[in-house]
Amino acid sequence: MSASTMTRPPASEPASEPAPRRRPLRPARVVLHLFLGAVAVGWLFPILWAVLTSLRSYEYTATNGYVSLGGWTLDNYVTAWRTAEFGQHFLNSVYITVPAVLLTLFLASCVAFVIARFSWKLNIVLLGLFTAANLLPQQALLIPLFRIFTEVPLPEFMSDSELLYDSYWGLILVNVAFQCGFCVFVLSNYMKALPRDLYEAAMVDGASIWRQYWQVTMPLCRPALAALATLEVTWIYNEFFWATVLMRTGDKFPVTSSLNNLRGEFFTDNNLVSAGSVLVAIPTLVIFFLLQKQFVKGLTLGASKG
Amino acid sequence: MSDLPLIHVDHAVPAPATATPSRGGRGRRLRLLSRTDRVVITLMVLVPLLLVVALVWLPALATVALSGTDWDGIGPISEIDWVGGRNYSDVVNIYPPFVPAMQNNLLWLAALFVVATPFGMFLAVLLDKEIRGSRFYQTALYLPVVLSLALIGFVWQLIYSRDQGLLNAVLGSQTDWYGDPDVNIWAVLVAAGWRHVGYIMLLYLAGLKGVDPSLREAASVDGASETSTFFRVIFPVLRPINIIVLVVTVIESLRAFDLVWVINKGRNGLELISALVTQNVVGEASRIGFGSALATIMLAVSLVFITVYLAVVMRENRR
Repeated sequence: MSASTMTRPPASEPASEPAPRRRPLRPARVVLHLFLGAVAVGWLFPILWAVLTSLRSYEYTATNGYVSLGGWTLDNYVTAWRTAEFGQHFLNSVYITVPAVLLTLFLASCVAFVIARFSWKLNIVLLGLFTAANLLPQQALLIPLFRIFTEVPLPEFMSDSELLYDSYWGLILVNVAFQCGFCVFVLSNYMKALPRDLYEAAMVDGASIWRQYWQVTMPLCRPALAALATLEVTWIYNEFFWATVLMRTGDKFPVTSSLNNLRGEFFTDNNLVSAGSVLVAIPTLVIFFLLQKQFVKGLTLGASKG
Repeated sequence: MSDLPLIHVDHAVPAPATATPSRGGRGRRLRLLSRTDRVVITLMVLVPLLLVVALVWLPALATVALSGTDWDGIGPISEIDWVGGRNYSDVVNIYPPFVPAMQNNLLWLAALFVVATPFGMFLAVLLDKEIRGSRFYQTALYLPVVLSLALIGFVWQLIYSRDQGLLNAVLGSQTDWYGDPDVNIWAVLVAAGWRHVGYIMLLYLAGLKGVDPSLREAASVDGASETSTFFRVIFPVLRPINIIVLVVTVIESLRAFDLVWVINKGRNGLELISALVTQNVVGEASRIGFGSALATIMLAVSLVFITVYLAVVMRENRR
């Protein structure tokens, strides 16, 4: 997908169509609704099932089976929160996600601005380098990165591991490096669609490049930045691989990758597993429902990543 | 400082041949900028570029280089010996999980490509009609897209678990859906497809909304049926999206990792190339050269598709 899709008026947004006019129901329509309704329920089911299971006591489901009703309780959430130390892990996710998203958007918008503002031939190479970096399989870079991270020292006040390895800083950097590409791609398209007279006017006023970037371009990019921020928060919060391999200390793991360490503790109790899963899903679901439009817009702006 | 460091980029990183800078035009334009402006521009490009080169592109090159060595990951870099293609022949010949991993990655691709992607497209076509409640259906379908694949592994465990899972309770069976090597890859693919369908639906729906309505009108004036309108008129117009979806699907299947890692770290029927690479690095035996050979195979495959992807999106951009 390209700039053309994002600059187009609301017609290109899947969720905002005018209310359909009332029409007599034809049999084909009924079938269509039945089919879509069945698919939608099927799609929601695993999530609803997790919520349902999380609200029931283990004793009740152990005696009556899971295909039953009753044994309602909130204890699973209390137990899961306490045993898995979710408070600490959520905090870790915040420590990593917030700086990583801000840094990604800042660095990516800088590059995107230069690419969009000037028409150098090398721009396309630059754009390619960033965009492709976002698509490489992370595991293929693991070996050298792991080594680099265990070699680069950090002062103790930055990380008690005194290395990039097993530190929030390392995870922030690696997330930024990976996510920049996608944002550069989307933002440079967005900026290219801005009218060029803006810059000419700014030049006449004697505005420096930095002011053109910060005071002319960035305010105009707010919609794209909002969409990207929504998407990046979700992605970095959901990031699993880097945290799994570049962290060691149990209580430093962000919440998504801490899930794997809970496996042992929750092993025999699916009700606890479901309560834990629901807790981990809540932030992304809240973002999704509050900022659904931004989320969809972000995905379809770039259409390059999942 | 008459020249931007930007220009030296192509010494550090291989650049496509098309990108030879035309010195005259740029030079003239740069002179309009003050010295501070030039420093600012340089920094704006250089800082992010250094980060991406240092943490993505150099490791990628290092992976390729290491795949020809016998480094154990611990000793000093000066003691590395060159072994040529031995790691590759070892991977293929004396590493039992390699063949299942390749099969599973291909199966993953096939399942997403043959089942999940067309189904997502089909749903997008249905939802593109003006129907009431379209928004509810859309929301339900792409809700899984906001969940991480690691979390999806846990959510589906509630359905697949042998003793406490819903599936066995309903079917009255005793299958360990995640543990039994004969069935677990299929169980995992259902979960992966569940997420993929919503994503593809979303991409196509955006594409369909962008199709010029007059195309459809012209086709229906000519008396074409809805199906043939889609395949002969709409589908060809969506070519760029089709290619992007193809590439996204390939790359997703190649990068698949989280789901199998949370289940059993990619063993016992759930081998994937990405999991094998990780096992060889962070696992008990760190066989660096060997793991790098596996990683290089992944890189090579992904670069082919990334190139296709870039060619398509860059061409679209210039329109």
